Amino acid sequence: MRHTLAVLVENQPGVLSHVAGLFSRRGYNIDSLVVGETEDPGISRITLVVEGDEKVIEQVSKQLNKQVEVIKVNDITNEKIVERQLLLLKVAADTAIRMEIMQIVEIFRCRIVDIGKRSLIVEATGDEEKIEAIIRSLRPFGIQELVRTGKVAMVRGTK
Amino acid sequence: MNGAQYLIKFFENKGVEYIFGYPGGKVIFLYDVLGKSTLKHVLARHEQGAVHAADGYARVTGKPGVCFATSGPGATNLVTGIANAYLDSVPLIAITGQVGLADIGRDSFQEADIMGITMPITKHSYMVKDIELLPAVLEEAWNVATTGRPGPVLVDIPSDIFSGTVDFSATTHNITTRKGPRKNGLEEQISKVLEAIKMAKKPLLMLGGGIIASRAWEQLEEFVKYTGMPVVTTLMGKGAIPDKNTNVLGMVGMHGIPAANLALNSCDLLLAIGVRFSDRVTGKPENFLFDTTIVHVDIDPAELCKNVNTEIPVVCDAGRFLTAIMTGFKKEKQTFQLDEWLSQINEFEKKYPLLYDKEKTLKPQYVIEETARIAGEKAVVVTDVGQHQMFVAQFFPLGGIRNFVTSGGLGTMGFGLPAAIGAAFGRPKENILLFSGDGSIQMNIQELATIAQNNLPIKIFVLNNSCLGMVRQWQELFFKEHYAQTIFTYNPDFIRLAEAYGITALRISEPEEAKGIIVQALNTEGPVLIECIVDQSENVFPIIPPGGGPHEMLGRWQGETHISRIG
Ligand SMILES: Cc1ncc(C[n+]2csc(CCOP(=O)(O)OP(=O)(O)O)c2C)c(N)n1
Repeated sequence: MRHTLAVLVENQPGVLSHVAGLFSRRGYNIDSLVVGETEDPGISRITLVVEGDEKVIEQVSKQLNKQVEVIKVNDITNEKIVERQLLLLKVAADTAIRMEIMQIVEIFRCRIVDIGKRSLIVEATGDEEKIEAIIRSLRPFGIQELVRTGKVAMVRGTK
Repeated sequence: MNGAQYLIKFFENKGVEYIFGYPGGKVIFLYDVLGKSTLKHVLARHEQGAVHAADGYARVTGKPGVCFATSGPGATNLVTGIANAYLDSVPLIAITGQVGLADIGRDSFQEADIMGITMPITKHSYMVKDIELLPAVLEEAWNVATTGRPGPVLVDIPSDIFSGTVDFSATTHNITTRKGPRKNGLEEQISKVLEAIKMAKKPLLMLGGGIIASRAWEQLEEFVKYTGMPVVTTLMGKGAIPDKNTNVLGMVGMHGIPAANLALNSCDLLLAIGVRFSDRVTGKPENFLFDTTIVHVDIDPAELCKNVNTEIPVVCDAGRFLTAIMTGFKKEKQTFQLDEWLSQINEFEKKYPLLYDKEKTLKPQYVIEETARIAGEKAVVVTDVGQHQMFVAQFFPLGGIRNFVTSGGLGTMGFGLPAAIGAAFGRPKENILLFSGDGSIQMNIQELATIAQNNLPIKIFVLNNSCLGMVRQWQELFFKEHYAQTIFTYNPDFIRLAEAYGITALRISEPEEAKGIIVQALNTEGPVLIECIVDQSENVFPIIPPGGGPHEMLGRWQGETHISRIG
């Protein structure tokens, strides 16, 4: 099963390689990893998506917790969370089919951020499902280039 | 004050006595200051020697070992020693010089990213990039190395930080203190353990290096006396409790004492304290004691359920745990009825004693047994890695505190000689015995110079079987006697080699000579190398073939002439 871990770390050089190194050394698989500063510039947050059973995830969390720069590890897989990925996608788009693509973009509420002679760049944010759906819908037109981030996530506030 | 002066002052204030190290361009400034301080520097002949010596010193004293090395090759020569300390949880602080701040990242002369290289084999590695941070980094490094589960820490310091000056009284010394073990839930776990012990008919106590790290000897002694529980140890736990204690069955694992392994296989409750269930003990972890209740106590939560699943994991310091359990027992005036279990174990011991053939040729076991008899259980015993290491674990009964020094987790050949140097500095008044092999000793043989220079009274037993015995044994047993690259067709003359270093050398070739020469060696002041020409074909038994369980031992059993599986 895939787990989402939110890891708070000290914002220091080397932290990312340290965390990534821990995963490769102990043979855990990272599906995705996103790192960025938090509201406190001294602290970064790494959002990790890890594949593994309960036992593996427990080991991952414990090993992460042992690292000097790691402040807190939270498994938010079963929390109510908002999660987002960012997608940039360059799709072949001759004038003849531009309208069709733009309609799809409309339906998914994403945006066209660049218009070239024969292609468009589509920008989208959303959870994994939405991103996958957009890719699926645009694939028939010919995807020339695709780049996406891993996921960032935040636990929802209490109502 | 400059950075070097601050660093030296820091170690002085921490009560450090010895620095083990080797100079070079990027620490020249540091050595200049060191030479004028009260700290004593032990000049090794190779940085690996320095780091193992610091490790040996830490193991026999319980204080962190400190070593210095220069940048690049000096630093990379520490790597094996750091990994060795990491796997055996030895507190160690390695200070390495680095190229100047402006030169970092340009593949400068003798530049190596030692922080990156050592990150996976330290508790933490630091690089000091700002002299203002030096006090805080050193304090934190010390703290990390010595608290919780101890381990090595590396601090990489660019040369201009050593020479730079700053008003250190104005810099911050604040550090983030490390998270101690979680205390919530502890009481509940303790009461579960009490209950499990009460229910058990065949409880067994298994001790690892964590007992020693926690200095829990007294609590342990009381616990064993009160409960009468039989005790086994891992290799790292050897020495946690005197071997002569009648409750002690000895070491478990691949080359464990037969009765200890059989007890492990038969117990209904395993109380494992400060162990990490290494594959040398468990064989295939999935098959390990699947119908035994396992209680696993460790200060490092990541050890629990890492290798084997345990019914009752307890995150706790070993000493505190034992105290809590004893409080529980005393409150309930708990008594124990283990006679039936103990007599079953007694049967194991009678039926499967540890045997070897003393007749005819000189056996390594014989040299070890005789030395143990003559030197006594209080000697500080250091080993290298191989068959001789296992023979020492099997045949040298120990009774002192922190008097067994061996490379357990990494199994580092070449550890013994320099580790004995550290032990000799840490315990200057005691008998230091090193048992090494003709393979291992040649991996750091240059340290004979360090021993000679300091006239360290180490008795170096080289059990010379003209081969890499442990590997040869595997080739004999598991590779159809194809001895690929394990027989030394050439060896130096160890006697003349020792003498070239100015070290007294003796040789034992026949069993009859052993006693006299061992006595002579032990009565000689200063270092002595005793070359023992031992039987090449001798193997370590029992042996659990890789992946086997504790009851699947191969050995030569009482009354039998050849090797067979037990039972
Ligand atoms: C640095 C290192 N290289 C290789 C090994 C693999 N190894 C384990 S035991 C052994 C043989 C040791 O030979 P020796 O020191 O002569 O001791 P013996 O087994 O003969 O008692 C070897 C090569 C090791 N443990 N460490």
